[in-house]
Amino acid sequence: MNDGAPIRTQGPTATSGTIADRSSPGRRASTFAPLDVPEVDVPHEHQRGEVPALPQVAEIDIVRHYTMLSQQNYGVDTGPYPLGSCTMKYNPKLAETVAAFAGFQRAHPLQPDSTVQGTLAMLWRLEEALCEITGMARATLQPPAGACGEMTGLLIMRAFHADHGEQRTKVLIPDAAHGTNPASVRLAGFQSVNVPADERGLVDVDALRGLVDDQVAGLMLTNPNTLGLFEEHIEEITALLHAAGALVYYDGANLNAIMGKVRPGDMGFDIVHINTHKTFATPHGGGGPGAGPVGVAEHLVPYLPSPMLARGDDGSVGWDRDRPKSIGRLHGFNGNVGVLVRAYAYVFAHGGDGLTEVSELAALNANYLASQIGEAFPLAFPDSPPMHEFVATGEPLKRETGIRAMDVAKRLIDLGYHPSTVYFPLVVDVAMMVEPTETESKQTLDGLAAGFLRAADDARTDPDLLHEAPVTTPVRRLDEARAARHLRLRWGMGDPPD
Amino acid sequence: MLAAVGRSSTDELFTQIPSSVRLDRPLAIADGVSEMELTADLRSLAARNRSADDLTCFAGGGAYDHFVPAVVWALAGRSEFYTSYTPYQPELSQGVLQVLFEYQSMICELTGLDVSNASLYDGATALVEAVHMTLGPGRRGVLVSSGVDPRAIEALRTAGRGAGYEPEIFDGMPAVTDDVAAVIVQHPNVYGVLEPAREHFAAAAAAGAKAIELFDPLSLGVLASPGELGADIAVGEGQGLGNHLNYGGPYLGIIAARMADVRKLPGRIVGETVDVEGRTGYVLTLQAREQHIRRDKANSNICTNQTLMAIAAAIYLAWLGPEGLVDLGRQCMSKAGYAAQAIAGLPGVSPAFPGEPCFKEFAVRLPRPATFVIEEMIERGFLAGVAMPQAGDDVLVVAVTERRSRAEIDAFVAALGEVLAA
Repeated sequence: MNDGAPIRTQGPTATSGTIADRSSPGRRASTFAPLDVPEVDVPHEHQRGEVPALPQVAEIDIVRHYTMLSQQNYGVDTGPYPLGSCTMKYNPKLAETVAAFAGFQRAHPLQPDSTVQGTLAMLWRLEEALCEITGMARATLQPPAGACGEMTGLLIMRAFHADHGEQRTKVLIPDAAHGTNPASVRLAGFQSVNVPADERGLVDVDALRGLVDDQVAGLMLTNPNTLGLFEEHIEEITALLHAAGALVYYDGANLNAIMGKVRPGDMGFDIVHINTHKTFATPHGGGGPGAGPVGVAEHLVPYLPSPMLARGDDGSVGWDRDRPKSIGRLHGFNGNVGVLVRAYAYVFAHGGDGLTEVSELAALNANYLASQIGEAFPLAFPDSPPMHEFVATGEPLKRETGIRAMDVAKRLIDLGYHPSTVYFPLVVDVAMMVEPTETESKQTLDGLAAGFLRAADDARTDPDLLHEAPVTTPVRRLDEARAARHLRLRWGMGDPPD
Repeated sequence: MLAAVGRSSTDELFTQIPSSVRLDRPLAIADGVSEMELTADLRSLAARNRSADDLTCFAGGGAYDHFVPAVVWALAGRSEFYTSYTPYQPELSQGVLQVLFEYQSMICELTGLDVSNASLYDGATALVEAVHMTLGPGRRGVLVSSGVDPRAIEALRTAGRGAGYEPEIFDGMPAVTDDVAAVIVQHPNVYGVLEPAREHFAAAAAAGAKAIELFDPLSLGVLASPGELGADIAVGEGQGLGNHLNYGGPYLGIIAARMADVRKLPGRIVGETVDVEGRTGYVLTLQAREQHIRRDKANSNICTNQTLMAIAAAIYLAWLGPEGLVDLGRQCMSKAGYAAQAIAGLPGVSPAFPGEPCFKEFAVRLPRPATFVIEEMIERGFLAGVAMPQAGDDVLVVAVTERRSRAEIDAFVAALGEVLAA
């Protein structure tokens, strides 16, 4: 355990200023070949008035500045990142090397299909593998992130019902659902209706039965659900929706828990989206890029976005744009292909056997960590065994000491660890959602557990350690209310903070 | 570890899954392979591609062969950036947060607008998000210039089916009625032409509609900015800002707006603040706009964005600097002008929009179908451009970036002459 070790040991603190503060008139990093054709003047009415005030810096200024900033950032390469629901597993370096091959990295999106057969064959094999993992008939690789995948699935629902002469108005979602679900539902032109959970944290099937009618277009569900629990009555749930003519959407946020064990298609789901950064370890990039492929059952294939891959008799792969029932296009080009190469590398490096093991180890690690910290942070739903992640509650600790989950999280930072997710899911009081992922070793998990227990001890014996935390980082707790009240969203805006 | 959790096998961790739905066979995906085998597999796949690495690239249409200096990915590729999550714990994420603040600042400098977010997926989806900022009760009309990228219009049609609007295409001046929410102009447009955007935007403003410009960030050293042209919202494809072609993604969706609309901006926004000791620091701010707080009332569902591409863009713009931005603009404009003149001199070739000024792209009419010419030019080592079937099978749009030399342009024109004469 990194007891008391500061996380940031290199570089100056964040008060060193922005790249603009390193600017000096006349300095520059960029160079160009001399202009070797006659210069063309910009027509007067199109001319820019004043040249944009970009920073004027040399290459070494840029390198020092952004190296310093990188040192003020925690990544999976820095240490464990047990953010529940976010799935921050190790990103194999192999994926970076292969994605940088010139044939992938330098291909133009509008090249003729005949000149990108390597990429198209790669995408075709990836689509086949995703369909096998999810039990779907076909998949689109176009959505650039999970939320766009949700939109894709919901527009497919809409197109399916419209094709059957129906204008259904409602989509059901569990009350613990990720915020993107209700937001996507509204943007797809539906009204979202909350489905309550029972005391075990699972969908209340009786309540669901009361909500299903002929205005319900579908249900969106994560399984294991947003609390990390498997919906045991899934067959009854999907049958209930299908009997009412509705579709069932699988939010793939937790697909990493069940690979090779159970497939959404076999549970009765009609539509599945996949977050490649969660399940297939594509790097999250500090917030993106992602990729959100969407698979569908056979009866929904005609509605998938356009274009779709098609394989000819000679084995060549091309884009099929002749899709009259398609919902259309959701991205300017072909989706985040550079991310999909990395997903391909992960899928085929592990293979079917390795992916199954990934899910087993993810569950083992989560259950192990839950057992090690349960004394201080018990499971919020002790009657339902967790899978790849678990929701612990800081409620007993808060009752005893008044210490909040956020204070525990900040103390973990000083103990050398990225904290778990806190206050999500919203339906649990003092939720601490922990997902160690399959890539962490027993030693790392033991260190993390010791960190949680130490934080709980400190809450009893020296609570100021938690109130004051973090103290080892480049900045300490930041005034978020001030940020929203005195907006300073770029340099030169408003008054600098005093 | 199994003993600690009271189980005798990992499979026992899955007993809550009903056996009736359990997969009773292994996944039908080949067993895992070693790193060296997988590298060889992907190397052979990559070798089956042609690319801008071995073809001289005159293709554009929203994705461009601009130069990517070494410094960009030497820094954006540092793993503290690319293996981190969305910066929800700001004390551990000052690096990403500050770069995004710098990115937002530089996008505001470029566009001449007040505020930028921390990125969207790409140019086409940024346009969709911009339109969603403008819709209101009684204002559902979306007028789109015929010069807007057809793929962006397709994305808008797809989104409109859910959100309840249908884009209408206009030529010339738009007829802006009081139920119109947005007027959209691409500048330079998809044929490379500089539209009279000022007049379009004035017409929008006069009717109380929002003016949305789809812009090229690398034109803004020489061309009037969206702010100067009167745009309320500027969206653009940021691929050219240090990001690789990547066969279409990951790219960078840019969006900037005026201060009055800041609370309608979608996605993450970084703000500056202070810590408990008064030190400057950065946080995600105005989060009450976003899906994780506002749920079904949110204007946008975006969660994961393209942060790493925005980091690359910030580093690239710092590399470019103000003088570099102007140099790059002049190079593009002059080389495109030179190429356009030379190509128009070939027998049977004519400019599609004679007399119109262009920036780095221009459209020509050919005596043969554009798709045929593109295939033939690949045999000769060139990505000749992109076809624009909506304007006619004979229309080819050619892009010339700062990377192309006079010798390459001359060789391109000579090869094109051969193909057309054959």
